[in-house]
Amino acid sequence: MRKDITTSAIGIVVLTLVLGVLYPLVITGISQVAFPGNANGQQVKLNGKLVGSKIIGQQFTDQVINKKTGKVELDKNGNPVTTPDPKYFQTRPSATVPADNAAATAFSNAGPNNIATEQAIAANIQAYIALEKPYVPGLTAARVPVDAADTSASGIDPDISPANADIQAHRVAAIRHLSLSRVMSLVSTYTHGRGLGFSGEPGVNVLELNLALDRLTGGH
Amino acid sequence: MTFLGWLTIFGFAAILTALAIPLARHMAAVYTGERTFLDWLFGRPERLLYRVMRVDPSKGQDWKAYAKSLIIFSLAGWLLLYFILRTQTLWSFTGLNPQGFHSGSWDVTFNTTSSFLTNTNWQYYGGETTMSYFSQMAGLTVQNFLSAAIGIAVAVALIRGIIGRSGRSLGNFWQDLVRTVLYVLLPISFVVALVLVFQGSIQNFAGYLTVHGITGLSQSIGMGPVASQEAIKELGTNGGGFFNVNSAHPFENPSGFTNLVEMLLVLIIPAALIFMYGRMTGKRRQGYAIYGAVMFMFLGACVVAYIAEAHGSPAQHAAGLNTHVIAGSTGGNMEGKEQRFGIAGSALFNVVTTVTSCGAVNSAMESFTGIGGAIPMANLSASETIFGGVGTGLYSILLYVILAVFIGGLMVGRTPEYLGKKIEAREIKLTILGLLATPLMALFCTAMAVASKAGRASIFSPGKPQAFSETFYAYLSQANNNGSAFAGYTGYIQPAAGNVGAHGVTFADLLGGFDMMIARYVPILFALAVAGSLAGKRISPAGLGTMRTDNPTFVVLLIGVIVLVGALTFFPALLLGPLVQGLTGHLY
Repeated sequence: MRKDITTSAIGIVVLTLVLGVLYPLVITGISQVAFPGNANGQQVKLNGKLVGSKIIGQQFTDQVINKKTGKVELDKNGNPVTTPDPKYFQTRPSATVPADNAAATAFSNAGPNNIATEQAIAANIQAYIALEKPYVPGLTAARVPVDAADTSASGIDPDISPANADIQAHRVAAIRHLSLSRVMSLVSTYTHGRGLGFSGEPGVNVLELNLALDRLTGGH
Repeated sequence: MTFLGWLTIFGFAAILTALAIPLARHMAAVYTGERTFLDWLFGRPERLLYRVMRVDPSKGQDWKAYAKSLIIFSLAGWLLLYFILRTQTLWSFTGLNPQGFHSGSWDVTFNTTSSFLTNTNWQYYGGETTMSYFSQMAGLTVQNFLSAAIGIAVAVALIRGIIGRSGRSLGNFWQDLVRTVLYVLLPISFVVALVLVFQGSIQNFAGYLTVHGITGLSQSIGMGPVASQEAIKELGTNGGGFFNVNSAHPFENPSGFTNLVEMLLVLIIPAALIFMYGRMTGKRRQGYAIYGAVMFMFLGACVVAYIAEAHGSPAQHAAGLNTHVIAGSTGGNMEGKEQRFGIAGSALFNVVTTVTSCGAVNSAMESFTGIGGAIPMANLSASETIFGGVGTGLYSILLYVILAVFIGGLMVGRTPEYLGKKIEAREIKLTILGLLATPLMALFCTAMAVASKAGRASIFSPGKPQAFSETFYAYLSQANNNGSAFAGYTGYIQPAAGNVGAHGVTFADLLGGFDMMIARYVPILFALAVAGSLAGKRISPAGLGTMRTDNPTFVVLLIGVIVLVGALTFFPALLLGPLVQGLTGHLY
């Protein structure tokens, strides 16, 4: 008994030093030397300023200014009300507060048979159609890709489906006065494939795509 | 459904099997004391650890001594982890608490500590809003290794009991613990952690990034030593995410490729242990028979989950979405799923994580369709016999094998024997008690939680079948030391990051904590008792009338016993929640 207690006490401290301190430190050291870009979150800089992480989804929306007061409008939680910036491709719906919060990620936990889920999906469809229909006549709910109406898991999904990008490309091309084929070729440049050719699904990286568009037309 | 979706599932099974066989050879060498290719590296540190811990590894322990060492070591681990988590601010001097997080409340810390000690990794807290880097490393990562090593040690002890020819020794607990950590868990975690960083995971000690996006919105991005924890989180079938959304977070699981790697990592040791069992008993066909049985059940679960998720949910259809496959989109139930994993990669991940005791998720379990969500519950209802957690899976399967041998023996009217050892009343009693502990705890706690006002406080979708599903899943998952969740169910209210002003739901925290600990240590004690009871028995040579345990007939019998026990225990509960939702298009 006493021997077990001594061994346990020494063992847990020594193993904490090996597994909880030494192991993560060595992995960090090697990673910072061998893969510094990845290890620090694939930070993307524009004119020396940090604009995001390549693999973390973010919002491409503008804050709504109240016309009377001239101030930024806030919702009931005190977060700014935003509206999609039509010259950018838009990310998937997010359940975090505020949307795409990468410091407090969360699932929507919307149940498959819940009325609230149906209402949330219907609202997402409506917003999507309102934004895209002027450029894609005949867009109906049945043609909205599922990833554009369903909340992502992480709330910070960096990708959209190729089908989703195809639809949004019409709007972006029209607003930026680019040919559709030019935008589509950019979309395919920033579409990643499957792991080993079969694992997972192709996705279009929205941040990279939008930055490339800005480089092309100078942010207009 | 797509061809590549099916290939994801069946290709995964093939790669897993191909990798598990060589690992089994290595692990058999580790536990029989033969030479391994890592001796040159770890031989010296291993001997040093024994000396520092004052252990004589050559000294065998009977089952009681083995159990005593295990329990006391677990208790020491519990106390240290609770201390580290409750004194989070005290460790800020290390620079590993850049966000200045305070400690969580006592009740949620009780739950978390019990959770990581028991290999459950149930999380009522969100990692990036609660835990400092120091707590994640020195606290949680350590128990990710040790709880996994303890599970494997118990499985190895049970094997030694089954094959033991004389005496009572089941081996030495300290030796099994140290050798598991040094020769199995640490080297694989080390390599895979670096692979994950190479593929896009992060590994740093920086404060959270503040970025200003191109439209001028600011965004804060959580950082930390993620990859080192991610690797052992999967390998040890622990499952506690660094971030709140676990393996759905792009920093934990950046691509379709890492998704594949992480799924393989979860199942590789449970699969290898089955082959290792065949090697150590000297009867490899025994291992193949068990592997065949569990692989059959595993693939069955994958197929049903994939079909259900690809079909889409009633809520989607009611909103007017088309959930068929179209060009450039997989369709299906993408609510709570990531684009880079898609339907097949998400359904498979959640089957992998619930057949084992892992519980990491790459998609929102609560948003799975009724049938898609019933599959994880059915997997949990099988009580870790479809592969199961590292070690815990093998000893659960072996207890079921003994039960199947007993039932088979009754059917043909002979004294049941397993690998030449007579199975008698004492072993059957111990086996049954060991097998019933987990389901009893799951059902008892669920009943307590749905019948009491304090329990219903945790529910996210009150008044619906979903509410029952959430509660049942919570206590079933904790009893099985799994840790995956219908994540709406809550035990911690945290208005802002950093724990200031937060409080636990005491009832859910304590009930869950006891659920996890009883359902972990009671089966361990019974498994060791069975091992001790078998160890002393003489091996009688197989005769013409001996029932074979390595042929297809026995595989069918084993599957039948597992399914029957699981179904009889849990069917009424499954019916009340997910099956009701799966059988109707009705919205609640």
